[in-house]
Amino acid sequence: MPTDTILARMTPDTLAALVPDGALLALPPDNSLSPGAFARALARRTVRDGGARGLRLLGVPVSGYATDLLIGAGCVAELQTSAVTLGEAGAAPRFSAAVADGTIELLDATCPAIHTMLQAAEKGVPYMPLRGLLGSDVLAHRPDWRVAQNPFSDVPDLVVLLPALSPDIAAFHAVMADAHGNVWVGRRRELATLAHAARRVLVTVERMVPGNMLYDERLAAGVISGTYIDTVAVAQHGAWPIALLDEYPADAGHMQEYARAARTMAGFRAYLDHHVLPAAAA
Amino acid sequence: MIQPEERLAAGIARLILDPAQPPARHIAVGAASPVPAAACWLVRLLGHPVRLSLLHRPQGNPFTEGSRELFDLAGQGRIDLFFLGGGQIDGQANLNLLGTGAWPGRTARFPGSFGSAFMYMMVPRTILFREEHSPRVLVPRVDHISAPGVSPPEHFRRGTAQALVTGRCVFRFDAAAARFSLASLHPGETAGSVRAATGFDYDGSDAPVTADPPPEWLALLRGPVCDEMRGTYPAFCARVWGGLAA
Repeated sequence: MPTDTILARMTPDTLAALVPDGALLALPPDNSLSPGAFARALARRTVRDGGARGLRLLGVPVSGYATDLLIGAGCVAELQTSAVTLGEAGAAPRFSAAVADGTIELLDATCPAIHTMLQAAEKGVPYMPLRGLLGSDVLAHRPDWRVAQNPFSDVPDLVVLLPALSPDIAAFHAVMADAHGNVWVGRRRELATLAHAARRVLVTVERMVPGNMLYDERLAAGVISGTYIDTVAVAQHGAWPIALLDEYPADAGHMQEYARAARTMAGFRAYLDHHVLPAAAA
Repeated sequence: MIQPEERLAAGIARLILDPAQPPARHIAVGAASPVPAAACWLVRLLGHPVRLSLLHRPQGNPFTEGSRELFDLAGQGRIDLFFLGGGQIDGQANLNLLGTGAWPGRTARFPGSFGSAFMYMMVPRTILFREEHSPRVLVPRVDHISAPGVSPPEHFRRGTAQALVTGRCVFRFDAAAARFSLASLHPGETAGSVRAATGFDYDGSDAPVTADPPPEWLALLRGPVCDEMRGTYPAFCARVWGGLAA
């Protein structure tokens, strides 16, 4: 449980330093509390110090700016996700280039399968069944996903069995935290499932609030309890250039600038020089 | 002057309202789908009591359990209609959102399958929408299947594609035959131009012209529909209906 004293020293960079090489790191998509400042800190660590290599990223259930940035920065060995997109800014250029060049291992999934694997982990059961997926090449390329007869049916009825998945680390940017380590994510409750399933949870927040949010009936339903949270750092505007709920909108101009720059590796390096490497002082 | 996007939205609205189809009480619209979203708003603003769940509008859906709640609802059969597209769509309505060339899309990678491998089989009705109508999109056989167009009986499935709407025409889908048939041609297209632009075989060569949206539909699209959509799709609204992107 973090205390005010510890929090005062925590920054996105100190959180990024907690990510070991090869970790399975789960990240939310651009519409669900994506940790922009944390992703830039992680990219900074890799580009500057050669740390945080060989990461295995998990999109919960899809991926956006943070994942594209980390791929471009050379942090990523493997990606499991249901899609990678920059929304209205278009395709994710560093992801597309990495697939074309074969420089990352890509495990294609489909959104409800990722939710279901995390739900199995939060329940502590070895697998959960899911309908759909039969006849999809996504399933055909997942030897870790099994097809079985529904044992409760007397007629042929195949279901897909998905193994529990526990990320080594989950990271996201919440609106607020209190000194008890509780963080508030509002209605983005898939992040609660993710926090329950992950071994370690690193959270940046816009601000600290006094008191205990779990004592406020109106806030409690949007809280992830400090039971599941390992480390919190304050990062004002920490979702940027992504939107944060009703706190601030996406920076559409910056997303277009990123999408344009990242089309080439030279453009991406210039983006790092302008927007990622100098931010260490912040 | 009717914008192409307005014609497409109106065409989708007609498909949603097709009385021969099971009712659409709860429609979900995925991310990056401005034309289907406009069609749904049009249906709603015409006074039809439909519940719309707009996945990319933070307050535009009833989900308080995060994005998995959509899939839980669909798994139960409580989403009646959904929209899907694809980088490639073939004549059996197989969808490819993965990419072309060697797995997993080494020639041209698309974003990925999203929830298509589940939603296509769980919802009773899917309207396929893809504005680009060309032989590279509408192919004889998709390179990879994100979600299959039809399934054998031992694969639980509530429905299939109802139709495919493109920038050139509307196709109906016959699930029993696993084939599309031409339903209407947008103005400026001919049986021959559509046949030449379509990589897969389909039934029918002559079809009526896709009807213009009536004036009251256009007024709704340009007024209240645009107002509802501008926050989520600023670039789309600015392009189609003018004004400043937010």
